[in-house]
Amino acid sequence: MFVFFFARRRHRESVAANFIHIRKEMVERMKAFLILEDGHVFTGKGIGVDKDVISEIVFNTSMTGYLEVLTDPSYAGQAVVMTYPLIGNYGICREDMESKRAWPDGYIVRELSRIPSNFRCEGTLEDFLVENDIPGIAGIDTRALTKILRESGTMNGMITRNENYNLDEILPKLKEYKVTGVVKKVSCTEKSVLPGEGLKVALLDFGAKSNIADSLNQRGCEVTIYPADTPAEEIIAANPDGIMLSNGPGDPAENTYIIEQIKKLYNTDIPIFAICLGHQLMALATGCKTYKMKYGHRGGNHPVKDLQTGRVYISSQNHGYVVDTEQLDPEIAEPAFVNVNDGTNEGLAYKNKNIFTVQFHPEACPGPQDSGYLFDRFINMMQNR
Amino acid sequence: MPKDNSIKKVLVIGSGPIVIGQAAEFDYAGTQACRSLKDEGVSVVLVNSNPATIMTDKNIADNVYIEPLTVPVLEQIIAKERPDSVLPTLGGQAGLNLGMELAEKGILEKYNCRLIGTTPETIKRAEDRLEFKNTMEKIHEPVAASLVVENVEDGIAFTNSIGYPVVLRPAYTLGGSGGGIAHNEEELVEILSNGLRLSRVGQVLVERCIAGWKEIEYEVMRDGAGNVITVCNMENIDPVGVHTGDSIVVAPSQTLGDKEYQMLRTSALNIISELKITGGCNVQFALHPESFEYCVIEVNPRVSRSSALASKATGYPIAKVAAKIALGYTLDEIPNAITGKTFASFEPMLDYCVVKFPRLPFDKFIQAKRTLTTQMKATGEVMAICNNFEGGLMKALRSLEQHVDSLIYEDYGTKSKDEILEMLERVDDRRIFVIAEAIRKGISYETIHEITKIDIWFIDKIAILVEMEQALASQPLTKELLAEAKRIEFPDKVIAQLTGKTEKEIKNLRTEWGISAAFKMVDTCAAEFSATTPYYYSVFGSENEAEETSGRKKVLVLGSGPIRIGQGIEFDFCSVHCTWAFSKAGYETIIVNNNPETVSTDFDIADKLYFEPLTPEDVENIVELEKPDGAVVQFGGQTAIKLTEALMKMGVPILGTSAEDVDAAEDRELFDAILEQCEIPRPSGLTVFTCEEAIEAAHKLGYPVLVRPSYVLGGQGMQIAINDNDITEFIGIINRIAQEHPILVDKYMMGKEIEVDAVCDGEDILIPGIMEHIERAGIHSGDSISVYPAKSIDEQVKATLVEYTRRLARALHVKGLINIQFIVADGQVYVIEVNPRSSRTVPYISKVTGIPIVDLATEVIIGKTIRELGYEPGLQKEADYYAIKMPVFSFEKLRGADIALGPEMKSTGECLGIAKTFNEALYKAFIGAGIQLPKHKKMIITVRDTDKEEIVDIARRFEALGYEIYSTVGTAKHLRDNGVNARHVNKLEQDSPNLLDLILDHHIDLVIDTPSQGAVRSHDGFIIRRNAIETGVNVLTSIDTAKALITSLENREEDLTLIDIATI
Repeated sequence: MFVFFFARRRHRESVAANFIHIRKEMVERMKAFLILEDGHVFTGKGIGVDKDVISEIVFNTSMTGYLEVLTDPSYAGQAVVMTYPLIGNYGICREDMESKRAWPDGYIVRELSRIPSNFRCEGTLEDFLVENDIPGIAGIDTRALTKILRESGTMNGMITRNENYNLDEILPKLKEYKVTGVVKKVSCTEKSVLPGEGLKVALLDFGAKSNIADSLNQRGCEVTIYPADTPAEEIIAANPDGIMLSNGPGDPAENTYIIEQIKKLYNTDIPIFAICLGHQLMALATGCKTYKMKYGHRGGNHPVKDLQTGRVYISSQNHGYVVDTEQLDPEIAEPAFVNVNDGTNEGLAYKNKNIFTVQFHPEACPGPQDSGYLFDRFINMMQNR
Repeated sequence: MPKDNSIKKVLVIGSGPIVIGQAAEFDYAGTQACRSLKDEGVSVVLVNSNPATIMTDKNIADNVYIEPLTVPVLEQIIAKERPDSVLPTLGGQAGLNLGMELAEKGILEKYNCRLIGTTPETIKRAEDRLEFKNTMEKIHEPVAASLVVENVEDGIAFTNSIGYPVVLRPAYTLGGSGGGIAHNEEELVEILSNGLRLSRVGQVLVERCIAGWKEIEYEVMRDGAGNVITVCNMENIDPVGVHTGDSIVVAPSQTLGDKEYQMLRTSALNIISELKITGGCNVQFALHPESFEYCVIEVNPRVSRSSALASKATGYPIAKVAAKIALGYTLDEIPNAITGKTFASFEPMLDYCVVKFPRLPFDKFIQAKRTLTTQMKATGEVMAICNNFEGGLMKALRSLEQHVDSLIYEDYGTKSKDEILEMLERVDDRRIFVIAEAIRKGISYETIHEITKIDIWFIDKIAILVEMEQALASQPLTKELLAEAKRIEFPDKVIAQLTGKTEKEIKNLRTEWGISAAFKMVDTCAAEFSATTPYYYSVFGSENEAEETSGRKKVLVLGSGPIRIGQGIEFDFCSVHCTWAFSKAGYETIIVNNNPETVSTDFDIADKLYFEPLTPEDVENIVELEKPDGAVVQFGGQTAIKLTEALMKMGVPILGTSAEDVDAAEDRELFDAILEQCEIPRPSGLTVFTCEEAIEAAHKLGYPVLVRPSYVLGGQGMQIAINDNDITEFIGIINRIAQEHPILVDKYMMGKEIEVDAVCDGEDILIPGIMEHIERAGIHSGDSISVYPAKSIDEQVKATLVEYTRRLARALHVKGLINIQFIVADGQVYVIEVNPRSSRTVPYISKVTGIPIVDLATEVIIGKTIRELGYEPGLQKEADYYAIKMPVFSFEKLRGADIALGPEMKSTGECLGIAKTFNEALYKAFIGAGIQLPKHKKMIITVRDTDKEEIVDIARRFEALGYEIYSTVGTAKHLRDNGVNARHVNKLEQDSPNLLDLILDHHIDLVIDTPSQGAVRSHDGFIIRRNAIETGVNVLTSIDTAKALITSLENREEDLTLIDIATI
């Protein structure tokens, strides 16, 4: 803590000294545009790097945790709109990063704080965007944008600083854009190990947030992180006590090779716990289907009901696809969690298997820690096997 | 879990009179909960001694008792009504304490009744300092090192072990009464001994001082199944050390990362789970600004001021949901009324920023210490919503109506850098302006932060506002600059001042450049779901989403802004009833208000709610969008009246009494002409502008004279002058704020004060009843005990009063309400004040007569006549019981404030005593106001010479009840000469034991001290009164109040009769 303390002091002094300079920079920001595939254009100021980007535009309603959002690999292939209007207030605290870098293609905010303030702050969000080569736009009516996305559904868009943009050229390109191949992009390429004295967990990294491994590791587990395309045989051969399927980006159905591997894992008796994309992949591997939601769930306030206990937990969420329980074979699995707001599936309990999967994020970061007990449940499952 | 069907009849306990620390928020919470219970088919019995509340309306509860909030009275109500359950969590600390006592004393058990919404165990674990500490330790939630002490010695010993400074918190008090920070032993002894006495259980917590840490609050909810959610978190801009009720607060927190946010959220949820609260709860944390270390400061296991703020800030109706939880529902079964799509088991997400400012009473108590401490001093608050913090701050500032609409304050610009640095050290209500000036003077953020401990982020936001001031003053006004100034909510008026242009020019530029306000919706979910409830706030530079609806006729109802002395909850009562009446008549209703504590700002009162400052420019933004068919200003107190002229300029018809006629009542010359035309006498008076003119006028009229500014409320600045020096002083005070209107100097007349509220349809009048003040003229009507029906005036005087009322109402072309104050002296009736609008007494008189005069006034405004409404014009038949309105004061919270009553109003609230006989009603009223005598049967009497005659009889009567009377030499001699055995006691400057020793010994029940009139009041008297108040002794400063009190004590009855207001 003391290290941070001093770091902060130095930083603050430099911030205070530079603030006139920062102010000037704000005024001189270049105009930037967000063009949506339905023809809407929002005009704001450019933030981050100056480059054109086409991406899928999604909104996140979290009021804190912008760094965790930016570093969540599940946002690969997307540009994120923060609905909370004041972003960057506490700067960047690198230990809060959920992966090694930021993943979104673009970043859209109402207002970027001109100075950050927090005892752990190591830099500004603006510098972080530049460092991660992310273009963005600030100063637009993010609420109006969110309403469009809510009404018309998630759509593609372009962030550009080119004032002479040509809609006739751009709109067809926007319509064409599809998020593909993102799991491969975000997954690690080499196996790594978080040492621990307790149970051995194999974590398949489809774009895992680091707090999944950390949550297991804090509970004593030795966590081995495998690349997404690791053959099932290799994992089974390592003889783990349990397998953790991580979150990740994109359309789950696209990952046909991975789905094949998960089928093989399902057929073992190794306990499996899956989160988000992992949950969807397990459902696909066992014959169920997924579909794309109108605008998904992204935020830290989603109520999910544990159908076994009737208890409701507030969860952290980030997904655009969902398991279609209409297609669920009741012999294979049954819904374990449901979203209180819209009734969509939030988790499955697999019959006669030590497998349970959830759509939401018990590892939190950002968001509520209320469902962290699920990691304990997984540990119990492994112990009682 | 479905509803618990064994709950059929619930007793809801209200919070009683408005005092500092317990204001309108409980009327809001209680009203919302009662409506919610009734929706579920539960029969509601309500008890609250405060007649100005909406919750005590007969359409809110099934049985309504406006009775003193004491255990015996509650027991009587329970015995009579036989509720199966008691809901104590909606009446603030007062309600919770009563619920606890009912349980502890076995009364609930006796009547086979139970507490719902909480349990005695929960209350005890949250409120009892030791149990709370043990509970927190059990679940590993950190609290500051502390010890509960029951005597001063233990306090000193413990403090010596942890070191100064320490914070002192008495158990079971509201608004932090009697608490404070002690920096040395002397302060420790003073605050601790005071706190021990004020605590209901004689306990005070001595605690490690964590002043300067960030103060963060969480509003959390839990249902019977154990589901927990967070409604909102809030960050106090003023760090720990200033009571949260006196702090500038922002929601959500701005300077917390997700790690800190979630850490405290999890802690709050752990606490509510461990305490097994079913309903809402507020948890206050201190967070170390430079680490993850935190402490739980306090838990309120009930709805609170913060929960009202959180409800308004997010749209999540905490009290309503808490009531449903009390009935057995779980969060996932309760629909979210705003979205209609989601359920109460979610967490609101804001896409805006909310700023709350406290409304402090230092304009009323100019002598009071302005220092802000852990003891709350604010009487009310305002809230502003914007999509940036700077804008929220600017909107909140101007919502306060304290003649300030930017961060430029008084003469701070002329102060030196050193002076400003010194001023930064003072923690008072002006600190934000000092910070702004510090920035102007180039004092570094770091220095400001070191002194104030306010987070750099907030200091930078203030700097952004200061930079905008400087840009406007020095740069050409471009479209970009103006748009940016409006985005951060600079009002046109301030932009005009800074740019040297006129307000009109700024408005024209805005029109030309298309810079106009847009309205956004508060929807609980950051636009994730479509919402149906139209609750709006304005922003600049965004797309408008408030739809201008049409079809029905549309009326704009202007609210009354923050609760302050002189303009309290009663105007919210009027605004809400007016809105309901318009709605019933088929109008589309729009409320504009900025007070988060009130019922009127609940999203389901009007068809549309605009949460906005009540200034001409802000209202005009709404008018331009909504184009209302008319506006009503007569129900929102002076705040709304002040907007009349501006509304007319906007082309909005004023419904009811016209603006000219409102003006005629305020304008001395016009009003004199009307009185002359109506042949109604008034005490002679003159209007003046300067001090010299005032002295001349006073000489012409003869002392004593009343001096006051025109167009004010609550007698603000009104004083009785007995010589030229007084005039010079009073005019000086009045002129500290630039006066747009003349100052009035009137002959002061000693007589009986009578008050009348009436409805006039332009032709006929309806007077529900005549009220008489117990204190003679000279004491503000709001501070007087008011009796209905008037009992000491004869039929002829009554007839004259009715006739004068009729003449005045007609001459002023009143359509709607009128309030007139008369003086009856020597059988002659004089008019002293006319307000062609609703008044403080409207809720009271409506309730006790059963005549809904706000509804009638509204119908009249729409065009009905009194006869068409089914009433015979004139004075209505008198009720067959007495109803007495008793003022309630909050003096113990305001160090240094003089408590002597006079023409300027000082009370914060009121309670009612209603009974078949005058004496019982009076007794009830005194009990309701917390005056429970006798205890030690010792009293002090010191009166001014003019009261010596009258005090004899009063003293004799107290003596007859067994009171020992102590007096200083003059009064003692006079009493003894007249056969009263008064004991002589030394004056303050004399040797001990003197008066002060007597008071501080805690054996005195009562002090009767009537101060001499005029500015030069005895300093001794002031010290006696202050010390008495601060040690919890009752002090009366009017001979008439004393007479009333002895009458009530002589007629004390053990069993009180109960009156169900709903049957009136």
